[in-house]
Amino acid sequence: MPLSNEQLMRLARLARLSIPDDKVDITRKQLDSIFILIAQMQAVNTTGIEPMSHPQELAARLREDVVTETDCRTAFQAIAPHTEAGLYLVPKVIE
Amino acid sequence: MSRSDWEVVIGLEIHAQLNTASKIFSGASTAFGAQPNAQACAVDIGLPGMLPVLNRGAVERAIRFGLALGSRVAPKSIFARKSYFYPDLPNGYQISQFEQPVVQGGAITIRIGDGEDAYEKTVRLTRAHLEEDAGKSLHEDFHGMSGIDLNRAGTPLLEIVSEPDMRSSAEAVAYARTMHALVRWIDICDGNMQEGSFRCDANVSVRKKGAEAFGTRREIKNLNSFRFLQQAIDFEVGWQIETLEDGGSFVQATVLFDPATGQTRMMRSKEDAHDYRYFPDPDLLPLVIEPEWIERVRATMPELPTAMKARFERELGLSAQDAGALTVTKEVADYFQAAVAAAGAAHAKLCANWVMGELAARLNKAGLEIVCAPVSPAQLAGLLLRVADGSISNAIARKVFEALWNGEGDGADEIIERQGLKQVTDSGALEAMIDEAIAANPKSVEEFRAGKEKALNALVGQVMKASRGKANPAQVNELMRRKLCA
Repeated sequence: MPLSNEQLMRLARLARLSIPDDKVDITRKQLDSIFILIAQMQAVNTTGIEPMSHPQELAARLREDVVTETDCRTAFQAIAPHTEAGLYLVPKVIE
Repeated sequence: MSRSDWEVVIGLEIHAQLNTASKIFSGASTAFGAQPNAQACAVDIGLPGMLPVLNRGAVERAIRFGLALGSRVAPKSIFARKSYFYPDLPNGYQISQFEQPVVQGGAITIRIGDGEDAYEKTVRLTRAHLEEDAGKSLHEDFHGMSGIDLNRAGTPLLEIVSEPDMRSSAEAVAYARTMHALVRWIDICDGNMQEGSFRCDANVSVRKKGAEAFGTRREIKNLNSFRFLQQAIDFEVGWQIETLEDGGSFVQATVLFDPATGQTRMMRSKEDAHDYRYFPDPDLLPLVIEPEWIERVRATMPELPTAMKARFERELGLSAQDAGALTVTKEVADYFQAAVAAAGAAHAKLCANWVMGELAARLNKAGLEIVCAPVSPAQLAGLLLRVADGSISNAIARKVFEALWNGEGDGADEIIERQGLKQVTDSGALEAMIDEAIAANPKSVEEFRAGKEKALNALVGQVMKASRGKANPAQVNELMRRKLCA
């Protein structure tokens, strides 16, 4: 099913993408071709097949509950654009 | 139409912070109150190329929880990425569980109200899953910017999701309190609500009584006290009913509770809801829990509050209410059991009365937790044995308790001996005091003989006073009555 312009704009908003007006049609067409591929894959009958989360049949390795890290804040914050009082500063966001 | 024509439907999501030493996917410390970002390592701040490695301690706590609730502990569970944008979430996704959570199903029994109106109810659990917490945003003014502290990022959480089984704010609070006591009882969470270790989201809807389908629900986020939980639900229910009765409608939404106004307000509607785009995290292989591991954890489980409460009723003859009060927290239960062990099961009821009465009142007044009580369970037992064998009256016992509380002696016997508080049971000595009281209070004697029962109390009171509380009131009463009626 082809994507509508409204659906495209909603997807863009959720992905925090800004799509200029003159790119809306071409973006929609490109996405449509991806969706056609998805539709082809979804047409495959997968009844009775357990969804696979990982390609290998392995189990997670666990770590013991011990503190192994030390304070490296100075090193990490050396590459941060803005810091103050130990905090990373970012453009104001209030939801 | 009135409020009673509506049925309230509530489901709760509780985030319990697991009390591990290190984070869920990194070796950074989880200790509260460190300098900002001093406990945020390369994994926690999402530096490129870092890989999460799951903490065995966090999994073990989830297993303990599953065993306590009679849930299925999944032999294989999957970690998923929950994507959203916020600056205190450095990776742009939270590692959580979506399909195949670690704990599935289960139930908990709650008790609502006190006394005669109290009732019990079983609330079913949908699931509980492991996930990481996000960091903290500070919106004070940093030159028009927000400050980000990532110490909390990566702290292990157990998200506990109930079925929509609760029908009032009182039931929701009882459920939250029971769950709070339980996670502390099985020692997986410190339950500190001020520090955010235990927080609730409430899904609330209403429907006409008798209706099958659920109404539109709104989710109240981030309630960090039982009082706010109650207030927020009560306000929300009132608002929903009023809106519907006025012929209005509303959409599924997330709302925030403002403690200052006592009101809920919309944060975002379903149309604006995040599309979290869950998918299995390729960095983390499935979590496999072998049956042997579950059995090893089972062997370390303490007796659970419901089982202990039933045992107190069955073996110690306590009422359901007393047994419930004594199993509210593990600490109270431990204290009570230690006192009973020292005093003997025959005196369990006396121990119960003192732990819930005098001791609780004292602790409350002093603002102390029971583990810090200056009177040990053994000392309390020693005191109660002297009450039980009639050596001292209840009134004197309270004096001795005070002396023990103030550290005036090591044990009740020593204090009773030193302060000469032993009850006077020698009837010769008592009779002398009774004769004196009769001689000194002819008016009371007259009144009693004229049929006024109360006058007897005044006379007994005189004798108790003369004995400085050391006479046995029941014995004085009997002797006095015998003399006056002779």
